[in-house]
Amino acid sequence: MGLLWRLSIAIMVFVLSLVYALPSVPYLGTALERVLPSSKINLGLDLKGGIHLTLGVDVAKAVSNSLALTGQDLRRVAEDEKIVVLRPRVVGGTALEFVLPRAENEPKFRELLARQFPQLNVGEPQAGEAGQLRYVAHFTAAEVKRIEDLSLDQALRTIRNRIDQFGVAEPDIRKQAGNRIQVQLPGISDPRRAVQVIGQTAHLEFHLVREDVDPGKAVLPPGVIALPMLEKNPGQQQKETLIAVEKDAMLTGEDVSDARPAFDNMNQSYVTLNFNARGARIFERVTGENVGRRMAIVLDGKVYSAPSIRERIGGGRASISGSFTTAESQDLAIVLRAGSLPAPVSVLEERTVGPSLGQEAIDSGIRAAMVGAVGVVLFIGVYYGLSGLIADVMLCFTMLIVMAGMGAFGATLTLPGIAGIVLTIGMAVDANVLIYERIREEIRLGLTPLAAVRAGFDRAAISITDSNLTSIIVTVILYQFGTGPIRGFAVTLGLGIVASMFTAIFVSRAIFEEWARHCGPKGISI
Amino acid sequence: MGFAFIRHDTKFDFIGLRHWAYGISALLILVGIISTMWGNGLKMGIDFAGGVIVQIQFQQPVKDEALKKSLEVPALPGITTQKFGDGDRDYLLRFSNSENSDATQVRTAVVDSLAAAFPDNKAEIQRLEVVGPKVGADLTNKALSALFYAVLLIAVYISGRFEQRWMAGAAMAAALWGGTYLVGLTGLGMGWLVLISLAITLVVCFVLRLNFALGAVVGLLHDVGITLGLLSLMKVEVDLNVMAALLTLVGYSLNDTIIVYDRLRENLRATPELSMAELINRSVNQTLSRTILTSGTTFLATLSLFLVGGGVIHDFALTVLIGVVVGTLSSIYVSSAVLLALGDTDFYVALVQQKGKYERPGEHGVV
Repeated sequence: MGLLWRLSIAIMVFVLSLVYALPSVPYLGTALERVLPSSKINLGLDLKGGIHLTLGVDVAKAVSNSLALTGQDLRRVAEDEKIVVLRPRVVGGTALEFVLPRAENEPKFRELLARQFPQLNVGEPQAGEAGQLRYVAHFTAAEVKRIEDLSLDQALRTIRNRIDQFGVAEPDIRKQAGNRIQVQLPGISDPRRAVQVIGQTAHLEFHLVREDVDPGKAVLPPGVIALPMLEKNPGQQQKETLIAVEKDAMLTGEDVSDARPAFDNMNQSYVTLNFNARGARIFERVTGENVGRRMAIVLDGKVYSAPSIRERIGGGRASISGSFTTAESQDLAIVLRAGSLPAPVSVLEERTVGPSLGQEAIDSGIRAAMVGAVGVVLFIGVYYGLSGLIADVMLCFTMLIVMAGMGAFGATLTLPGIAGIVLTIGMAVDANVLIYERIREEIRLGLTPLAAVRAGFDRAAISITDSNLTSIIVTVILYQFGTGPIRGFAVTLGLGIVASMFTAIFVSRAIFEEWARHCGPKGISI
Repeated sequence: MGFAFIRHDTKFDFIGLRHWAYGISALLILVGIISTMWGNGLKMGIDFAGGVIVQIQFQQPVKDEALKKSLEVPALPGITTQKFGDGDRDYLLRFSNSENSDATQVRTAVVDSLAAAFPDNKAEIQRLEVVGPKVGADLTNKALSALFYAVLLIAVYISGRFEQRWMAGAAMAAALWGGTYLVGLTGLGMGWLVLISLAITLVVCFVLRLNFALGAVVGLLHDVGITLGLLSLMKVEVDLNVMAALLTLVGYSLNDTIIVYDRLRENLRATPELSMAELINRSVNQTLSRTILTSGTTFLATLSLFLVGGGVIHDFALTVLIGVVVGTLSSIYVSSAVLLALGDTDFYVALVQQKGKYERPGEHGVV
């Protein structure tokens, strides 16, 4: 290839690299914002500080919930057709059991099942006492899959909503294999609160209280359940007592359209709720019919408060009080507003890095890179003379390309990524060393400088390509299988290898050939 | 004019010294095995084993014993403390048990007990990592898969590129896939799969007489094995960073091996009349200055990482440091020695001549 060509390509790469690398330089980048592309190197959480969470969505629970609802549905739909179905209940989380008390309804019931509940696989009934038929039904595999996907999507949406309202800049929320959701929140100062907001199921229900039932009894009457009630007095330990409520909820969080934190005249924090039209109608009717009774407000299976109903409440407003701190009521409002999670979410992995530690990591990483770079640059410069200086310039060029590549791809710089850069500094010299040693050899064999340069580059290029390809294979594998920080390492190392090959084989060759042509009888300094 | 610390016409008899090198390698491997089996064992970090790490920083120095005592509360069972970095201000707290540890609980318990024990010396949580057993198992599988694919691809690449036997390489890949698939059916863990696939690779290379690939893979195993053994001896915890360092050293070790192999093939064509031992010696000597320079600069850069890069990257740097030294030696004494043991000069000459039309210097590569 002609020298002119090589030179123009090299200059083009240099200019492009500058354009993509400069925005990432502190201070300078912001000053040049208007002219340059806005892509910048992102700092990883380990450098910026923040939280990395892996959440597991309990999709099995969502399936079981959905199965319970289908049981209720089945009972109601059958009732409409004058068929009695008894005791639908979920067994083992995956099977729905119910009883058809009158066996003569079986053909009609079968037809109803086929028409209305195609998502159920109903097995052959077993005859029980007094002509009852006992059925066991399962969801079809397709339905299970659908519910799992749906609940995962919904969980993702809900978590995203909550985080948006929580106010985090640049959150990164994505689905992962195995019903997992990965959440990255840079620059969060109170991880405990963030985890609480993200992980709370926030299943809100309103139940009527049954004062006539003793909640401590071992056997409760049908249709009544006992729930723990939070009694939090300021300055005292939190304790729980039981309270008996009707099993069926009057209203759920589905009917809440808005939730806001507020303060009462005692400066106590509470949360106000607005119901949607349907919710407001039901709320008005229920409160009207039950004046004098108590209404329990249940969140995630715990009763927060159980105020007495004084009068019919119109207008679709209600409130939850429970001796909240200001932050607690704010967070509760967020989760209620963003909707409840379709299934419980558990934190499988949490990694938190404080911002001060991140800064420390950057500082020591950059210090290491500087020390390493200066050491290598000096060593090569002394060892190879003028050629060493060319190698040093190529090293700088390589670093520039790495920075530009990361900026252009919007890659994330992590602490192992900085290590990758340091390692690149060490290994990038390899290509130059291979070439120079080869040129020295050829000169010893008596070749003219130009011939030696050409032979050296030719022969070394094969070895360089061969040996670097294995390293590239490794970085590709690291990228494929690595997580967060390791990926950052793979990116910088991979970019470093490719860039060093380009500068050593392509750019410096042009310089050397030109030099060898004009060096005169003294030969080149190598 | 530059220097030449290493004379260009060195004529060390590397191959003559090989029995010494074998002895040292065998000793290191033995020490590693003893250390992993009966000694410290290979300490798996929380990334793989699951668990909790809390890094705290005090405003004033704190004695280790006092800290230990302050954390002896029922809410934090089985906690261990470890000094981190210089000065007595930074500590790492670890729990191996991750079954029931909830990050929020741990955080609260640590903050509360430290505030109670050191009221005038505020402790700040700088880093908190909780990895559940499920995620740990996943990460382990991912790391082992990475290792598996690295070996697979590299073996195929070397047999293809070096011996122009892509078909043999493809056959090996197929044998590996098939073999691991069959073994996978038995329900063995990923660790066994990797071991078995490695064994398959070695056997297939041997049977197909892919000596270059065999030498490279044996060298790679040698390096990773010795490094792991030394890590165990030094009680270094294997976490994700160390895992990445191990893969990097796989790349580095091969890098070095390939440079020697490249030169060896060139010499095989140029002076086929020499014996294999002489050819290897000559090739190693010719690439010696390059090897020492590159290893030197890589070592230098990694050393700066090790010394000033900070605590988190410390073990990564240590692993690479060991790997650079071991990897450099293994390209001479393991990878090349395998070639010497498995074939005579005629075999390789035939291999190289037959492909003579390909692989003449300068006809390939990026020029």
